[in-house]
Amino acid sequence: MAIIEIKNLTYTYPGATKPSINDVSLKVEKGEFVLITGPSGCGKTTLCRCFNGLVPHFYQGELKGEISVAGLETLKHHTHEMARHVGLVFQNPENQLFALSIEKDVAFGLENLGVSQAEMRQKVDWALHQTGIYDIRERSPHEISGGQQQRVAIASVLAMQPEVIVLDEPTSFLDPLSAEKIFEVIYELNRKQGITVILVEHRLDLTAKYTDHLIVMDEGKIFFEGDPRDILNSEQTRLIGVGIPKATLLYQMLKKDGLNLNKTTPLASEELADQLLEALKKW
Amino acid sequence: MVITAEDVHFSYPNNVEALKGVSLQIKDGEFVAIMGQNGAGKSTLVKHFNGLLKPSQGSVRVDGVETSKTSVAALARNVGFVFQNPDHQLFSETVEDEIAFALKNFGFEQEVIEKRITWALNLLSLTQYRKTSPFLLSGGERKRVALASVLAWDPQMLILDEPTIGQDHEQKEKLRQFIVQMQTQKKTVVTVTHDVEFVAECNPRVVLMKEGKIVADGPGKIILTNQQLLTESSIVLPQIAQIFTKLTSLGLPKDIIDIYEAKQAILQTKESKRR
Repeated sequence: MAIIEIKNLTYTYPGATKPSINDVSLKVEKGEFVLITGPSGCGKTTLCRCFNGLVPHFYQGELKGEISVAGLETLKHHTHEMARHVGLVFQNPENQLFALSIEKDVAFGLENLGVSQAEMRQKVDWALHQTGIYDIRERSPHEISGGQQQRVAIASVLAMQPEVIVLDEPTSFLDPLSAEKIFEVIYELNRKQGITVILVEHRLDLTAKYTDHLIVMDEGKIFFEGDPRDILNSEQTRLIGVGIPKATLLYQMLKKDGLNLNKTTPLASEELADQLLEALKKW
Repeated sequence: MVITAEDVHFSYPNNVEALKGVSLQIKDGEFVAIMGQNGAGKSTLVKHFNGLLKPSQGSVRVDGVETSKTSVAALARNVGFVFQNPDHQLFSETVEDEIAFALKNFGFEQEVIEKRITWALNLLSLTQYRKTSPFLLSGGERKRVALASVLAWDPQMLILDEPTIGQDHEQKEKLRQFIVQMQTQKKTVVTVTHDVEFVAECNPRVVLMKEGKIVADGPGKIILTNQQLLTESSIVLPQIAQIFTKLTSLGLPKDIIDIYEAKQAILQTKESKRR
């Protein structure tokens, strides 16, 4: 069953001259790991804001078309109702943190759902551990670094364990190893608990390997959608300005120079390294 | 511009010691990437280069002038600083006003201001947003407005805190080319970044920090292929280096971070096996 269904969605911010989302139709099945990419300013963030109803309830503006998430039409349900089903991690963590302590920020969503004290304690601690901020849980979210704030924003959403998690460049301030650990946690939640994940990223080198459903946007439209191996192997994707993973690029360059490699396009370095080791046996 | 940091210590008011004796020299026309895990002291260090922070102990000299004896305003004309979070920097009603602000403060003539604005907008692909409010733009675009507002006054040294956040591949490539151009003009560029792929493409001098100290300093190609060193600093190898560490059994060199070099090395190995 589709957990997200969008039909001919067009949205224009108040005061803007052209739509940020332009006639987008999209279906996401429950349990998918969707990766959205595309040039800066192409409408990725705006689309994320549609998933929990921030567009149009908070941002106003003009929205046409249909969108339903977790069986709810976002136009008919307020953002606070959607929050039970859809967790959103913003690009800029400062925009979503407000409590006096990190722990309270992470617990906020659960408090509003009326979860029991014991269950809340267990879920909050779990989320704090997963994101590596348990030890600083009593500090204020406003006196920590941008990278730590991103961990808090992610923990707040993880604690809720919603059906859909939407993350808009969630680890941009984090060092590479920490970013990788966070992506692994999210990937595991997706695999083990079937939580649907929508991730917006430019850095496909780090993230292409997780997805089974890649979306390339440009100028408010969906340009390509489907199997990441096909899309990232296509010349047109590169021309739009999508940063093709280095492993995929090197694979293409070597094939062009007549190297006989496996037919499966690699998305990550391990995949290409394995292919090269295998090819070498035949050299 | 030349920066000389000598045994710099710095503590924040909450007594967190962010720098524990950092010594470093950056020369004219150098491009330096400062890397390391969150909380290593990278941003704290570069804030010393334009005098935003003054050392609690030790000294920082910019072109021979001690920062503790001069003001941020005096340093600002020559040292441009682009913050990690553009929202800490932007405040004007239009993109054009944002870029014009510093130019006006520095007393440029109106005609020059016009030219510099047009140039900066074009360089950062923002021309269509000239009259738009920065707050209506996307995160990546706001970051470029912050960058444009600094580049417009043509500082002698540029400090960029995470310049590639929210930028697509094309914008990153333009930034790389611009940095190369600055180097040819003998201008200094210092960037704090987690973006290993960007650093691998630029191959600058890499300064690796950990817990308030410098733990390694050298060419990108050497540092970014040292797995143990990187793992200790919470950094992952660039993709190309990851591939090559797995191929050492084929007799391939380990210290490759550039994709074209990678292709050559693989093709050569294939040829030599054939003979």
